[in-house]
Formats: sequence, C-alpha cells, structure tokens
Amino acid sequence: MSVIELNSLNTVPAAQLRKATAEPLWLRWLLTALALGFLTLFLLLPLVIVFGEAFAKGWGVYLAAITEPAAAHAIKLTLIAALIAVPCNVIFGLAASWAIAKFRFSGKQLLITLIDLPIAVSPVIAGLSFMLIFGARGWWGEWLNEHDLGVMFAVPGIVLVTIFITFPYVARELIPLMQEQGREQEEAALTLGANGWQTFWRVTLPSIKWALLYGIILCNARAMGEFGAVSVVSGKIREQTNTMPLHIEILYNEYQFAAAFAVSSLLALLALLTLLLKSTLEWRAAKDYAEAARLRQVE
Amino acid sequence: MGFFSKRKKSVLPGFGLSMGFTTFYLSLIVFIPLSALLLKSFELSLADFWQVVTTERAIASYQLTFGASLVAALVNLVFGLLVAWVLVRYSFPGKKVVDALVDLPFALPTAVAGIALTALYAPNGWIGQYFHALGIKVAYSAFGVTLALIFIGLPFVVRTVQPVLEDIDKELEEAAASLGANRLQTFCRVIFPALIPSLLTGFALAFARAIGEYGSVVFISGNMPFRTEITPLLIMSRLEQYDYAGAAALGTVMLLISFLLLLLINALQHWSNQRQGGAK
Repeated sequence: MSVIELNSLNTVPAAQLRKATAEPLWLRWLLTALALGFLTLFLLLPLVIVFGEAFAKGWGVYLAAITEPAAAHAIKLTLIAALIAVPCNVIFGLAASWAIAKFRFSGKQLLITLIDLPIAVSPVIAGLSFMLIFGARGWWGEWLNEHDLGVMFAVPGIVLVTIFITFPYVARELIPLMQEQGREQEEAALTLGANGWQTFWRVTLPSIKWALLYGIILCNARAMGEFGAVSVVSGKIREQTNTMPLHIEILYNEYQFAAAFAVSSLLALLALLTLLLKSTLEWRAAKDYAEAARLRQVE
Repeated sequence: MGFFSKRKKSVLPGFGLSMGFTTFYLSLIVFIPLSALLLKSFELSLADFWQVVTTERAIASYQLTFGASLVAALVNLVFGLLVAWVLVRYSFPGKKVVDALVDLPFALPTAVAGIALTALYAPNGWIGQYFHALGIKVAYSAFGVTLALIFIGLPFVVRTVQPVLEDIDKELEEAAASLGANRLQTFCRVIFPALIPSLLTGFALAFARAIGEYGSVVFISGNMPFRTEITPLLIMSRLEQYDYAGAAALGTVMLLISFLLLLLINALQHWSNQRQGGAK
C-alpha cells in the first residue's frame, strides 16, 4: 500500500464512512417495501383468501363443512396417519443421528445423502413406488390379495407413503446438532458409571430436546398435509381412504368452494400453529445456548 | 464389508443397534420401493424405454417442468436475497412475524396452496381479474404453474442466505469503505462474493423442490397435455391408464435427475460451509 493511500485512510470522515457501510434512507425504504410487497403477494394473500373464502357463505356453511361425516372421517384419517408416521420417524431420527454423530465409520456422507433422498423425490414417484410393490400387479400384490390384506387403496398404504415423505425431517434436525455437540458429555457420563440408556435419557436427550421437538413439528406438518403421494395410493374412497388434502381436492372439483376452503382453513391454522411453535422453539433454543455460553465463561 | 462399518473403537455403546435399525428402516422405507420403481422400468427394452420417455407429450412436460422450475428458482434467487437482506440488515415493525411467515410454504399443505393461488389468479379472482382485463391468462397457463412454483420454493434462498449474511463481519465492510469503496462497490466486491455459495445452494434447493412438485400445480395448471401438463402429472395419467411400466420409466428419469441434484446440493453445501468456516 502506498503512502498516499495510507494518508487518505486517515482523512475519510466518519459521516462518509457511515454512508459507505449503510444504504441511504430512501434505498432502505425502497428495498423494504419491495421485499414486503413480494411477501404480501406470495404469502399473505394466499393465506387471507383461504380464510376469506372459507367464511364467504357464513358460519353455518363453515361449521357444516367441517363437521359433515366425510370431513370428520378425513380429519380422523389424517390424524391417524400422522400419529403413526411421526413416532416411527422420531425413533428412526434418534437412531440415525446417534449412529452418525457419535461414531466414525466409512460411507457416512453417503448415508446422510440417502437419508435426504425422500425430500428430493417427487411425491408422485413415492406413491408410484409403493404401488409397484403393494398394488394388485405389484411384487407382493398377489400374496396380499390371497390373504385379504389391503395395503393399496387402504389405510396402511396411506401410512406407508406418509412415512416415506416425512422420513428425513427429524434426522435432519438432529444430525448436525449432535455432530456439533460431539461425544465428550456421553463419555463422561459413562465414566461416572451410567449405562448406555441412562446416558441417552439423561445426557443426550435433554441437550437435543428443542431440535427434536422442532423436527417433530415439521414432520407432523408435512405428514398432515401430504397430497401427491397419498393421492396415488389412496383411491380416494370417501369416508374410507380420504385424508384432509384429498377431501379438499374432491370438494374443489365438485365446485363446493366454500366447503373446500373451510377444510383448507383447518390445515392453514395447523400451518400457522406450526410456524408459531417453530419460532418459540428457536427462541428457547437460542436462550439455552446463550445461557450455556455464559456458564462456560463463568467457569 | 467396509461399508457402514465402524472404523475406530468408541467407548459409547449402541452402534450396532442404532446403525442396524437405521439401515433396516432406510432399506424398508426408501430402498425397496425405489428399487421396485427402477426394476419396473427395466421391464421395458431400452428402445421401448427411450420411446416412452421421449414421446412428444413427455418432452412437452419436461420443457414446462424444467422451464417453469428454472424461472421460479431465478425469481426466488433475486427476491430471496432481497428478503434475507431486509430481514438481516433493516428493522421495521412486525419483523419477527414476517420472518416467521417466510416458512409458510414449508408448513402449508400444497393442496391448500394450490386452491388458494388458483382462487387468487383465476380470471375472476382477486388478482387474476386485473390480468384478465389486460388479456393475460394466469391460472390454467404456464404463468400460473410458475407462480405456484415460486410459492413452493420461496423459503429456500432466504433460509440459506440469512445465516451467512448474519455472520458477515461488519468490519470487512468498514475496511472496504475506509479504503474508499462506495456502497455499491462494497456490496459487489465484498458482501456478494461471500454469499455466492449459499445463493447457489438455495437456488438448487428451490429448483429441486419445484421439479417434483405436484399438489399446488395440479390445481392452477388446468392439466392440458402438451400445454400445461407437468411431468408428475403425466406420470399420474399413465398410472390411471394402468401403464405401470410407462409411469415407472418416466419416474426413473425424474428420480435420476433428483438424485443428481441432491448430490450437487450436498457438494454446494459442503463448499458453503467451508467458505463460512474459513471466513471466521
């Protein structure tokens, strides 16, 4: 650096420096307005129209739409599918993240990529794959048929594809966190005489609880909202294999818009609740993290 | 058996149990179904396979799927950067709510998004009527498909860029400014290069998500073969005609593309993490 440049360094006034590290006010306003305009158009308006259309014909129509037997059955089936799929994927997520984060083995990166695969696969392809195994002309179709076990166009098929679609959500939240935490704490617990399960329940689980809850919430939201994969395997039989998203499609195609949006509004509420819980968990996790950092400093 | 086998002895227990369960569950839920798809498509001879995946209707569906996904991911690239920038650098009332709302497309079921967007952009819809007056068809056209894909991919770029932007050292910008750079130069030469890996990752994620999307598109597209039919829909219509091998062949093509994209995304994320780690 030449002497002249060094000299000019000292002569840059503070105001100019500030001007160079922050945008002028008009630009800030413009950028903020553009960003908020974009979000209003793409996020807020779709949300508003769901509730607007749901109540367009009044409370009576709304309540009737969400309490009629077909809707009630769809709600029940959606809850059942999520209630089975989420715990399965929680157990898997815990096992996978324990193996991946606490041990060294070859092929780890490949395993992580494979766990992510269901996120990248189109839901229609997921449904199709299960169809090719359990469907009437699939691998196990004949055997299932002989033993009178319905998987396709029945509840088990819906549960299976839901598990596939929501497969990575818990594992993805836990793996990076547990990798970052390392294994010193667990090793200390074992040295102090705890057994494996005690270590897991008392040391590992408390330190990952927020991430675990976060994964469960995301997993649940996807499970209840899945449409493409479920629509391939369900057969859409009313009051038998109709989940909420499929029920919405049927109502919409029958031009019962108010009813379709009424059922949609329930799922939109679930989405909003998911976002609220997610923000709360992020806030709690950040607080815990700050507290832990403070304690380390005191030591 | 070097694969997935433990390399170094650890004092922690449970490797056999957790690894065993992980591979068992992964095989059961992911591998077996996806290999059924691949095997089914191999039932076709190579010539037949090629013929099925290159029919005029299939090519039209690829063009729409990849074209609309690309445009949607590009729009999300630009606006995702803008939204991340505004959320990190500026303050305005209700910022926390806006920040939380960015994840809505992850949480809102695609079918709900689909009917909501269709209602907005139909010729008599809240927004569609203005386009209709100008003679532009939004719902039931490629334009509508693109809008649905923008919605679906919206959070990806924001969420990949946001943490990187938060981590950028203000001192770097001050250094650039004190060396005489103006704001635009600082942004282009100091901030933007640091964001490139995360921007590319977000772009690839949004693109990968868009090409597989079904639920939100099926309502707004109108599903006209050759014009507004995306590839997942074509697979669906093959299935409805009981043409399982044809559906599996198209599915295999899509699956391979998704897998390649996933590998690319992992490589990008690796690069991004390294860059971020190196900057600290």
